[in-house]
Amino acid sequence: MPSDAPARINDFVIKFSNVNGSGSASANTLFAKSIMRMGVPVSPRNIFPSNIQGLPTWYEVRVCEAGYLGRRGGVDFMVAMNPQTWDKDLAEIEPGGYLFYDSSKPLPKSRFRDDVHTIGMPLTQICNRTYSDPRERQLFKNIIYVGALSAMLGMDLAEVEKLIGEQYKGKERLLEPNIKALHMGRDYALEHLPRIDLAVRRADAVGEKIFLEGNSAAALGAVYGGATVAAWYPITPSSSLAEAFARHCKRLRHDPESGKARYAIVQAEDELASIGMVIGAGWNGARAFTATSGPGISLMQEFIGLAYFAEIPAVIFNVQRGGPSTGMPTRTQQADITACAYASHGDTKHVLLLPEDPKECFEMGAQAFDLADRLQTPIFVMLDLDIGMNERLCEPLAWDDSHRYDRGKVMTSEELEAGKDFGRYLDVDGDGIAYRTYPGTHPTRGAYFTRGTTKDRYARYSETGPDYVDNVQRLLRKLETAKELVPAPHLRPAKRATRTGVIYYGSTSPAMHEALDQLEAQGLDLDALRVRAFPFSDDVSEFIADHDRLFVVEQNRDAQLRSLLVNECVIDPARLVPILHFDGTPITARFIAGEIGQQMKAMNVMPLRKVVQ
Amino acid sequence: MTYLAKPKLHHPGLDKNERGYTRRDYEGAISTLCAGCGHDSISAAIIQACFELDLPPHRIAKLSGIGCSSKTPTYFLGSSHGFNSVHGRMPSVLTGANLANRDLIYLGVSGDGDSASIGFGQFAHSLRRGVNMVYVVENNGVYGLTKGQFSATADKGSKSKKGAINTDAPIDLVGMALQLGATFIARGFSGDKAQLVPLLKAALLHRGAAFLDIISPCVAFNNHVGSTKSYDYVREHNEAVNRLDFVSPRSEIMADYEPGSVEEVVLHDGNAIRLRKLHTDYDPHDRIGAMNYLQERQAAGEVVTGLLYLDTEPDELHAHLGTVATPFNQLGESELCPGSAALQRFNASLR
Ligand SMILES: Cc1ncc(C[n+]2csc(CCOP(=O)(O)OP(=O)(O)O)c2C)c(N)n1
Ligand code: SF4
Ligand SMILES: [Mg+2]
Repeated sequence: MPSDAPARINDFVIKFSNVNGSGSASANTLFAKSIMRMGVPVSPRNIFPSNIQGLPTWYEVRVCEAGYLGRRGGVDFMVAMNPQTWDKDLAEIEPGGYLFYDSSKPLPKSRFRDDVHTIGMPLTQICNRTYSDPRERQLFKNIIYVGALSAMLGMDLAEVEKLIGEQYKGKERLLEPNIKALHMGRDYALEHLPRIDLAVRRADAVGEKIFLEGNSAAALGAVYGGATVAAWYPITPSSSLAEAFARHCKRLRHDPESGKARYAIVQAEDELASIGMVIGAGWNGARAFTATSGPGISLMQEFIGLAYFAEIPAVIFNVQRGGPSTGMPTRTQQADITACAYASHGDTKHVLLLPEDPKECFEMGAQAFDLADRLQTPIFVMLDLDIGMNERLCEPLAWDDSHRYDRGKVMTSEELEAGKDFGRYLDVDGDGIAYRTYPGTHPTRGAYFTRGTTKDRYARYSETGPDYVDNVQRLLRKLETAKELVPAPHLRPAKRATRTGVIYYGSTSPAMHEALDQLEAQGLDLDALRVRAFPFSDDVSEFIADHDRLFVVEQNRDAQLRSLLVNECVIDPARLVPILHFDGTPITARFIAGEIGQQMKAMNVMPLRKVVQ
Repeated sequence: MTYLAKPKLHHPGLDKNERGYTRRDYEGAISTLCAGCGHDSISAAIIQACFELDLPPHRIAKLSGIGCSSKTPTYFLGSSHGFNSVHGRMPSVLTGANLANRDLIYLGVSGDGDSASIGFGQFAHSLRRGVNMVYVVENNGVYGLTKGQFSATADKGSKSKKGAINTDAPIDLVGMALQLGATFIARGFSGDKAQLVPLLKAALLHRGAAFLDIISPCVAFNNHVGSTKSYDYVREHNEAVNRLDFVSPRSEIMADYEPGSVEEVVLHDGNAIRLRKLHTDYDPHDRIGAMNYLQERQAAGEVVTGLLYLDTEPDELHAHLGTVATPFNQLGESELCPGSAALQRFNASLR
């Protein structure tokens, strides 16, 4: 065995290949979380089919003390528990890596690879010997392999045990057999399995960070942002956002005295009804949202247009996935950018927020409601499956208790009573936003009839051209106001001055940071701008103007954000080189650095080091 | 805040209701519908019902879909907020509005195309959820606004203005509402105000999903011989199961009813409706009986009108969801935002 090879400490990728529904998920999470408890950053990713039981599912854990949380690509240690995907799993292992498998039944030598270390453990035999209940045999098999891994990787057993203890708190009957299984696996490994050159060692690289799914964070943002009405229709990968909202509300949103709910959640009959309810609630002064994914966005189109033209606050969480319903529903993409930015009929443009991780899902999830009320328009929070449905290490969530909700321009009964001029579509101060009233405010003043665009500044019925033009021009002024209010882009300047830049957004973030470090190590310098919202603020156009060569990194086929940049900032398309990854897997640093490195070399951008030499 | 009407410069001779509103306070803009359109009669009935009930107009929210019928909210209750939403989707917008503020009265106005075709799903789901509302379908058997195509409530064999014969089976929204669990179900006729106004009044006071199918002839496209939604046809085939008087606790008990054929139903706030029975065997509290009766009369070619079903102990969506009594749109940070301390605890649970 490779005892002479240098040990790879806290820097490797381990992948679990399982069968969907076999109970492997909780054991795999236990493994990842134990490493995090040892102070070593991990980034786990679920790769799963659109299916409940029986199909293959994978859980990939990147262990990286340097803190890179993007998907790395390649696998150093494969836990191959699914015979169905054996060949594919085997092929994915890096040369010199490890294959861990259930050796209860002998396999011919031809099924293995020469350049990969093979570690067999008779898991089924051990389980069959120990347990008689078939369910137990299956479930404990997972814990047994976690025990074996903890031994091979030199993990701190106390951390694993502690986590199991927390998991089964109040269910002590289940605790003991789990601990027993864990030890069984560990003892077997210590006695029979070889030492390997991958190891986890206690470190101090996690600190105060938390481990959280973006969907749960966004839902909590909605709670903190004051959402009271949630209407949704189940669709992967957004369902867990609505479900998390229900969980958070149960904990945080009941009147302590009456026990009654300060929220309403309706599982609607479809996405048309979901967005309709959100719009009805927003019109009537409550903060409301829906959570959906691409096909749901398609169904909501007409209502989104209505909300835009009738100027009704609404928040839409779009947890993006691949393509149509029979597309890649359980894979990740950033492919609804143009569909949302220009959603619906007529001349429309919508505000998009682009969170990079769960922390921003929380922040933007809350901020979206202030923006919706201030701008009186739909706000899209654009997550994707990668950040939505995977636990991601991020900074702890923070809330400023002095923050007051911005309910926007709402005229009160007192103001109406005092004779303040009310025109529902009257821009009184040039920001393009008019005052609204909540229904039922005043007995004789402030009522108006809500409709699309057939109206004048006082909401009186009008089909005349000048009234139409006046109204939709005002909506453009409102969009200008939005540029100042939405989250500003983040600049990461290169260490050395450069005329090359890169623009990226959303879940590409961790892979991009790692790629930038890799490129810098090769002497290739890029200023990087993370766009956090649409419409783009002036900083974005200035960044483009300040650079000669620009890359735009995205997870879709058609370079959708690039199209928006070309269109909205009036940029020569030739100046923006698309770097596109869209096979449904999360983008990697390897891919980005490889593509950009190659292109820069082709553009004749000499690595600085070489020039110096 | 007071809901009392502020004085307007009214004709001194106009009658005022208990709250000091005149009938004119319940009116809206001048109708732009065709002269003689049944929908205008329904608007007039809504105005009268709200006036007679002394409802503060601004505490009513009127929502509609798209169609001639859905345009009508502009023509009544001018001091109420209105929302002309999208085709067939009034029920979801109304549901959301109701969730945001449970204290207003929600009046949804729709057409037969709006509710039985494009919006059939939302019609059904809003009723089965028990949204506290009055859901009115102004049913003319055609798409008025798009010039006379058949709607899904057009009877099989009925003839369009251009002479086409409808070959599809009709949807009876009243039958559907009975199945779907609406707790107040009635059918009226735009040409019979004496029956329609009390029905509307009772529906407005009902605290649950009230559904009213109102046959409303379209004079432009569906008032000819061969149409089963024309004035003449409905007058000839109307089978009223009961006649209603609406009795408020304030008004004197009227003495002109025939004992033995009258049933008084007391509503939540002490108001009562008195059903003057034309058919003494008709029981408006029996959902299954109502379904059977409806089918039977339909087979005989009759249009049953009146109060077909009433649940005097209705349930509604807010009760199902267990929501607080305060309207959501009045809750602020202190009630809604859990604050930083709770967030610290949440963070701690994720390490
Ligand atoms: C999505 C959509 N499709 C089609 C239309 C066109 N349209 C407007 S009104 C209408 C039919 C209305 O019929 P109904 O609800 O019976 O109302 P009526 O005019 O008969 O009162 C249609 C199809 C539309 N407005 N929106
Ligand atoms: S077309 Fe028919 S429904 Fe429309 S306004 Fe004229 S009569 Fe009424
Ligand atoms: Mg119609």
